Amino acid sequence: MKIIILGAGQVGRTAAQHLAREEANDVTVVDTDDELLRDLQDRIDIRTVQGNAASPRTLELAGAGDADMIVALTNSDEVNMVACQVAWTLFGTRTKIARIRSQAFTRRPEIFVSTEGEPPAQLSGFAVDMYLSPEETVTAYIERLVRYPGALQVVDFADSRVRIVGLRAVKGGLLVGQPIRAIRQHIPQVDARVAAIYRGGHSINPEGDTVVEHNDEVFFIAATEDIRNVMSEMRKAEDPVKRVVIAGGGNIGLRLAQKLEEDNHEVKIIERSSARAREISEKLRGTIVLNGDAADEELLVEENIDSADVFCALTNSEEANILSALLAKRLGAHRVMALITRPAYAELMQAGPIDVAISPQTVTIGSLLAYVRRGDVVMVHSLRGGTAEAMETVAHGTRGGKVVGRAVEDIKLPEGARIITLVRGDRVIMAHHDSVVETGDHVILFLADKRHVEQVERLFQS
Amino acid sequence: MLAVVHVLGSMLMLFSIAYVMPVVTSLIYADGLLVDFVAASLICLCAGALLWAVTRRNKRELRSRDGFLLVSLAWVLMSAIATVPLLLAIPGLTFTDAFFETMSGLSTTGATVLVGLDGLPPSINLWRHALCWYGGMGIIVLVVAILPLLGVGGMQLYKAETPGPVKNEKLTPRITQTAKALWFIYFLITVACILSLKVAGMGWFDAVCHSFAAMALGGFSTHDASVGYFNSVPIEMVLIVFMLIAAMNFARHFIAWQQKSLRTYATDTEAKSMLAVIGLSALGIALYVWHAGVYPGFFTSLRHVAFNLVSIATDCGFVSENYALWPAFAPMWILMLSCYCANTGSTGGGIKMFRTLVLFRQAGRELMLLVHPQAVRPVKIAGQVVQNQIVFAVLAFVVLYFGTVVVLTFSLLASGLDFMSAFSAVIACINNAGPALGIVGPAENYQILTDFQTWVCSLAMLLGRLEIFSFLVLLTPSFWRK
Repeated sequence: MKIIILGAGQVGRTAAQHLAREEANDVTVVDTDDELLRDLQDRIDIRTVQGNAASPRTLELAGAGDADMIVALTNSDEVNMVACQVAWTLFGTRTKIARIRSQAFTRRPEIFVSTEGEPPAQLSGFAVDMYLSPEETVTAYIERLVRYPGALQVVDFADSRVRIVGLRAVKGGLLVGQPIRAIRQHIPQVDARVAAIYRGGHSINPEGDTVVEHNDEVFFIAATEDIRNVMSEMRKAEDPVKRVVIAGGGNIGLRLAQKLEEDNHEVKIIERSSARAREISEKLRGTIVLNGDAADEELLVEENIDSADVFCALTNSEEANILSALLAKRLGAHRVMALITRPAYAELMQAGPIDVAISPQTVTIGSLLAYVRRGDVVMVHSLRGGTAEAMETVAHGTRGGKVVGRAVEDIKLPEGARIITLVRGDRVIMAHHDSVVETGDHVILFLADKRHVEQVERLFQS
Repeated sequence: MLAVVHVLGSMLMLFSIAYVMPVVTSLIYADGLLVDFVAASLICLCAGALLWAVTRRNKRELRSRDGFLLVSLAWVLMSAIATVPLLLAIPGLTFTDAFFETMSGLSTTGATVLVGLDGLPPSINLWRHALCWYGGMGIIVLVVAILPLLGVGGMQLYKAETPGPVKNEKLTPRITQTAKALWFIYFLITVACILSLKVAGMGWFDAVCHSFAAMALGGFSTHDASVGYFNSVPIEMVLIVFMLIAAMNFARHFIAWQQKSLRTYATDTEAKSMLAVIGLSALGIALYVWHAGVYPGFFTSLRHVAFNLVSIATDCGFVSENYALWPAFAPMWILMLSCYCANTGSTGGGIKMFRTLVLFRQAGRELMLLVHPQAVRPVKIAGQVVQNQIVFAVLAFVVLYFGTVVVLTFSLLASGLDFMSAFSAVIACINNAGPALGIVGPAENYQILTDFQTWVCSLAMLLGRLEIFSFLVLLTPSFWRK
């Protein structure tokens, strides 16, 4: 697939990296910053074009004439919308995805018109087939993490009916020290499956008799309503979160506060700029807005950081996030999360005092990846900072094919890939070795090694 | 280091396929060298397999540093292994001379140490020309196109081998596709050249060989008298056209092919400058040579000047007349042209027209700044701003280029060669042009040089082909520091 990515910012770079890693994609990145592009091209096998992303001339140079997809990820919503429109009008580009940050636009989705299937005779809006709103996605993601104390990662599949949760097993959990098989006896009414276990950074294949140890990173899948039950298997049941302190009143901080105050959480938000603090205080109802530095020890102590259930560092600067999260943890915050973009930092921090490192770009990239994949891929989530992946794909074909009509154990999957769940209509079926895949099933797979993605895709394509 | 050797092993294994061409030739002409070429191919395959197997455990993604080492090693090693058929087939040939010959082929220099080319077995002649052709677009570029090597690593290799100051331009998103595109267009134009030469009156075998040499701007011939042997105006004209095409940027040719239109050439300042310089020089020198009474008529003079001038200026190296006998101004001017006429991304050598343009515009900027100290005036070529970084890189390149010429010339002088021969041999070798002046002039060949002098010339060819930086960086201590 020929893909043009507009904007080489944080999200654009990550998108380029993920897309170019897959052999079948030809990626061209457009940005105004020449130096950024040169650096990018030295590291990944892509082409770069310097220029204004919405300009017809730049798009032409970038090969919009025969591109299959345009992904507009620049900082400006307006540029993204116009770029998609130009690509459609001048070049008839089939798929156009835009990043739209402002809620002013996303609240009125009728201004975006998809031209992918049957092109409308008259375009009554911007020709955007899908819009990504990274801030919204990230906010939703953090919200889920806040709701499940102890979770490192929570991702949804099959319209949120099924979730994969990653967490660290802690002594006191019922299953810790016991083989996985024992979960049946503990909670017989719940159907759940352990998808993967990471011990000391290495993946081990979970079998029925694998013993879960203290400090293992466990990924399990279960129906959404059962998640809490299963989590208590891995660590001591924790009280629901009540008090939340947010550092940074940017887009994500504000949205998170809005979501949480609706559910009667006690939210405090610390914002450094007094103008911004005033602005968000006008938009919030129950939340206490504090004007100050999130790394100011006195301020944190004064605001009873030691009784906070969750501290979220969500400012623009990842270094500041790391430092303020470390400080909050030291001062007694029960659980701290930090927004960290660099994978290297995230890895450094996640095993240490910071409980959850949130990598915004890997959270955002999933829906984009799903769009690009061959076959009928519904959803893709990067796990563990992008090394592993969970994906939901629809099995098509007739019985006797490579997938449909076969039992799970007979499907030839690459190393590290496992079918963990089948969703058939409304039923969620945990995959056992003898479960048979039917046509139309949504198959949820876990891939310990991302490099095998293409093999899996090919398998499901036929 | 060992990871580099691992890749080198696979490259050698791939190179063994290159022997198919002479093997087929040997079959057609039954010149008795079939066994030699098959043996040489097997030696190449085994050597590659050995290197590959021994370093199997060291496989990893290549970094930009590895690119330089790999490219330099690959060129030296492939030249060395390509000598095997020559050594087997030509009794009395020393390794020094055989290496010079293969390096001259791969680097598209076209200087030869062999005498009696007309009497050589056809498969040997074809092997020399095939080496030219492989080297023209670049063996590494070919490897990158064929082996799905190493993602980003491929780009590093490509950059280390491609001539010209602006190496970031990719024609397609994937480096392997860019390499394939370049080789595809190169192949296509070569076929056109073969057909044109056939129509112009050459036999098939000569047409193939001379097309290989012309498109690679190599300049090997199957005859001692070079193109002078044919003494045919149509052949010379066909060759002039194709040499000029080969001296232009192949990326342009590809774009023209893709767009099915010649529009892209209109904005190619580099090509236009080259054509202007070559055209005016040819007219001027033709007048000059005619005026000096070398040839009876102006048009005879124009014919010989045009062919030899285009051939040397584009760094090809075909010869039709002994131009060393013309008044000294003419051969010196032609030699000077060889330093900078070829374009970026062409198969020619030397400083390249793009760098020359940058230097002149930079000089113009400095002059203007003397008059208007406050002026803001970026260096532009074809309306595009050339970043200062590139201007500096060009300056550094030119300094290194002339530094290398001086050092190598002095080494030849120290070994006892006369000044004219030493200087012109170094210039001709580093530009990958071929014939020099003096005792290694157009009517002579490099046989006369001592072993030491031959090695110096081989080194000059390698430096010229890899544009000095890629090789010289290996000699810096910081390259080897961990």
